[in-house]
Amino acid sequence: MFESLSARLQGVVDRLRGKAKITEADLDVALREIRLALLEADVNFRVVKDFVARVRERALGADVLTGVNPGQQVVKAVHDELVEILGGERHLLRLDGTPSLVMLVGLQGSGKTTTAAKLAVRLRRDGHRPLLVAADVYRPAAVDQLVSLGDQVGVEVHTRPAGTPALEIARSGMEQAKQRGLDVVLLDTAGRLHVDEPMMDELVRLAGAVTPAETLLVVDAMTGQDAVKVAEAFHHRLPLTALILTKMDGDARGGAALSIRSVTGLPIAFIGTGERTDGLEPFHPDRLAQRILGMGDILSLVERAQETVDQAEAERVAQRLMDSRFTLDDFRSQLAQVKKMGPIGQLLGMIPGAGQLAGAAQQAVDDGQLKRIEAIIDSMTAGERRHPELIKASRRRRIAAGSGTTPADVNRLLKQFSEMQRLMRQLGSGRLPRSAGGLRSILGG
Amino acid sequence: MQRPRREPTGLGLRPRPGGLGSRLRALLGLASVSAATWDELEEALVAADVGAETTASLLAATQERAGASASGETVRGALADEIRARLERVGSGTFEIGPAPAVMLVVGVNGSGKTTTIAKLAARFVRDGRSVVLAAADTFRAAAIEQLRLWGEQVGVPVIAQRPGADPGAVAFDALAAAESRGIDVVIVDTAGRLQNKVQLMAELAKIRRVIERRLPDQPRHVLLVLDATTGQNGLSQAEAFSREAGVTGIVLTKLDGTSKGGIAVAIADRLGLPIVFAGVGEELDSLAPFDPQAYVEWLLS
Repeated sequence: MFESLSARLQGVVDRLRGKAKITEADLDVALREIRLALLEADVNFRVVKDFVARVRERALGADVLTGVNPGQQVVKAVHDELVEILGGERHLLRLDGTPSLVMLVGLQGSGKTTTAAKLAVRLRRDGHRPLLVAADVYRPAAVDQLVSLGDQVGVEVHTRPAGTPALEIARSGMEQAKQRGLDVVLLDTAGRLHVDEPMMDELVRLAGAVTPAETLLVVDAMTGQDAVKVAEAFHHRLPLTALILTKMDGDARGGAALSIRSVTGLPIAFIGTGERTDGLEPFHPDRLAQRILGMGDILSLVERAQETVDQAEAERVAQRLMDSRFTLDDFRSQLAQVKKMGPIGQLLGMIPGAGQLAGAAQQAVDDGQLKRIEAIIDSMTAGERRHPELIKASRRRRIAAGSGTTPADVNRLLKQFSEMQRLMRQLGSGRLPRSAGGLRSILGG
Repeated sequence: MQRPRREPTGLGLRPRPGGLGSRLRALLGLASVSAATWDELEEALVAADVGAETTASLLAATQERAGASASGETVRGALADEIRARLERVGSGTFEIGPAPAVMLVVGVNGSGKTTTIAKLAARFVRDGRSVVLAAADTFRAAAIEQLRLWGEQVGVPVIAQRPGADPGAVAFDALAAAESRGIDVVIVDTAGRLQNKVQLMAELAKIRRVIERRLPDQPRHVLLVLDATTGQNGLSQAEAFSREAGVTGIVLTKLDGTSKGGIAVAIADRLGLPIVFAGVGEELDSLAPFDPQAYVEWLLS
């Protein structure tokens, strides 16, 4: 997500960074490129206009052009402006009542039903006991979809026979939650166009009757210039509390996020980052600004690791790394851990300076590269895994046959592994490698 | 359950306040067009999702058509002509299902409206006296098969399906076999929504296509990309990727009744040479219209 926008902005930023002196003409060129980059990313044209004007003001106001390291100053101005638009603080859902009602609203196809299930998973992880309520009474099979998602993730789903009005479903859902001792009710509503008055009226009546603790607008990250209008229309009729941006794992440049945030002032609570039911992440505005500018997002990476990685196992491997006893077995277990953390391209995108690698790495993983590596290691004997130097021509042929690869593949893996061991030893001794080139070769790029 | 209905608008679209048209009227009501007006025109087109690049080329061509010191009305006319010409050049608005059997593969990102569009297409073909079978090859999304089944019942056409998680290629294959043995005219294959940057999922789409090709050479005759009209510049990336993997032959622009823009269609037609063949303009089964470039331009600039 945001790759293209960050690539464009990074290009502008890199050119400025190196400069010891920046003329007003340089600044104009940079700002024009920033303007185009933002427009291509579907940032609303009014927001772009203001954004560029304010960056210019910041840059000129801070005496950037005559000061020390002017390039860096302009970068800072862009960064500060992004953070200001995206909002500094994380939005936490206010779930105080028992049970609290969270209502999901939005256009058709924005991803409400899938998001409801993902949100249930996340809330349960945070210690809540959610109930999903299927109140999309119009789309064929929408109720079946929620029921089957609830099944998948093991969360209770409240349904009523076809023909029951949404309001009644919402009320009986709250009743069921009370009886069952569940503390959050996630209400999935029918998709509707913001210009569809009768449908909007219906939603207003529903919200008025059940008074949600949170009303979340679900927005497709690929939405164009209309995103602002849609958000404004919903916000005008309903007391929205926050947004959820979906499909952020696509290659949309996500200008909608910047625009809606800037125009409505509504915070972005979560972003959808994958088709799996765990593909919903809390949104961190400051981190996103840094990611857009290619400054990395180490905090999210660390958190993701903490959520998914087996701590004891990680410490064991880390210790072995330091002791230079890292074997193919450890490598195999590392791969499994990394896979649990999610798409590798996404992870690399969070590492400062490694953003450019992300695409290539994702490609490698999509092509089944990781699977191949696992198959090769699995086809080795325990002894070979501990002592790869044992592997000569005939063992290599056997391993290749066993893993459905070629001896050359096996060879490449062994070479990359020994390169990795070398890198690890350097890391262990505190000498950081100068580039991530080693990582790229291991990923088969 | 019956939705509360809006006033029926037929297949025509209502001009929207705040759309491109009202801005143009304000801009071009003037006797002569200044440099500042051209800047604002650029902004108006970008705001309609036409995209910065296509906008620049449209305006350059418009300027040439209209001449140096044209009146506002001349400029408006020239702009309309230019957009329409570019849409028509790539064959927008013309759709021929062709002789039976016709296999139609329907693709797109998640939530663009594939399943609903298929129901509308099926209803349309049935109205024209064709026999239709639907293939539920979206075996991934929860209850997608059920959704297509319900539509099938409503339209009165058979739906070929397997269990959730089944191989989509196998479902398509079954549908072709069923169509052949029953002498069906049109096979419409529903596919799971996928984001165009997911390499594996896109490869799966290419595979479904190959399964169809192997069974019936020269098919699928139509590969329709379903595109949400509120999509921004990402629509270009979608059209490019789906064309590469699945050989898109035309675009169905959905949810056009929910936007004042849809300019991404102009960009796709212009830059990728893909025609827009249908437009979805409402919730009802009959609210799928052949895309009429003339009417679209009038609506866009109205």
